[in-house]
Amino acid sequence: MNIRALGHALPQKIVTNRDLAQILDTSDEWIQTHTGIRSRRILSGEETISGLGAQAVQMALTRAGLTIADVDYILCSTVRGEMFFPSTACLIAQKLGATCPCLDINAGCTGFLYALDLADAMIAAGKVDRVLVVCAEQISKVTDWTDRSTCVLFGDAAGVALCERGENLKTVRLSAESDPEPLHAWPSGGNCPFDDHIAKEHLLYMNGQEIFKFAVTRSLRDIGMVLDDCGLTVDAVDSFVLHQANRRILDAVRTRLKQSAEKFPINITTHGNTSSACIPVLLSEMVEDGRLRRGQTLVLSAFGAGLTTGAAVLQY
Amino acid sequence: MTTFETIAKLLAEAKDLDVATIKPEMTFADLGLDSLDVAELVMNLEDELDVSIEINPSLKTVQDVAALVDEQKK
Repeated sequence: MNIRALGHALPQKIVTNRDLAQILDTSDEWIQTHTGIRSRRILSGEETISGLGAQAVQMALTRAGLTIADVDYILCSTVRGEMFFPSTACLIAQKLGATCPCLDINAGCTGFLYALDLADAMIAAGKVDRVLVVCAEQISKVTDWTDRSTCVLFGDAAGVALCERGENLKTVRLSAESDPEPLHAWPSGGNCPFDDHIAKEHLLYMNGQEIFKFAVTRSLRDIGMVLDDCGLTVDAVDSFVLHQANRRILDAVRTRLKQSAEKFPINITTHGNTSSACIPVLLSEMVEDGRLRRGQTLVLSAFGAGLTTGAAVLQY
Repeated sequence: MTTFETIAKLLAEAKDLDVATIKPEMTFADLGLDSLDVAELVMNLEDELDVSIEINPSLKTVQDVAALVDEQKK
């Protein structure tokens, strides 16, 4: 499978660390030192995550010189869709005037890798020729804005990869060590008189220490596996594009692989952790500023709620 | 090298501290470590000593971690 084009879209509203220091007992200096984040984008006003997703798709289609009629399937990765139903993929399709099949998946922050693998399988099976993988994430809707240890980390964004037949995706490795405890959010709502779970806490919970250790160890394991699959060494890789969960996770993986900072691009500084959208947004930005060029060898690696992980080698 | 000495060495390297100033009874907060620094220390220790350490909130001092590692090595 090839990624023919990438696209991304961000909300208008920029929330800086100083803005957060107005509502929480925190500071710009603390957040930057502990996470590497300076600001993040948050959906507000009339903006919707499906609108952002559609905008990102338009960018990818324009870059590819195609129209929505050329797309056979829309696969949307989201941990918190716009509605319970219909799917966010359907809402994005409506905005684009698409009539192809639409489906949401949820593999936490690893969703982009899971969706790429699914798209690859659908194309390889001959079911479809072209799949839009849309990662549309609005973590701000489940973030606990009174918890200074987690709410400073996240942002909203949408990233898109337009996938089609080809040989550029060399390998994908996925895993799940299913345990909701370290990272989860309960759904809210409902008024069923027979359900005593309705009042349960529904905001995001994360055990940062446990997730940090999980992320670093599994990312290193997965990167090792995909490089082995392709007979590559770390030094043969042009860029390692990792899920942007925390600058310190990225640094811990990078230093253990003995790689330079230039080979680990980041957008966490200005976007925060945008869940499964991190990697496609970053790739799209790298196309925009010329850092990502055709023929480069990329390693993608993500980890998140599930707990899930995924890694891939992509010859862009 | 005792487990404490190994931890002190890793801590000194990671946080650019004078190894002589690190005492067993010191808390990680005393040493300027936050929760992710402790997680990274645990990972480095696992690599160095080939042990598996489960992070838990009761690990507050250097000695707490040393005791947990020594328990495993028995």
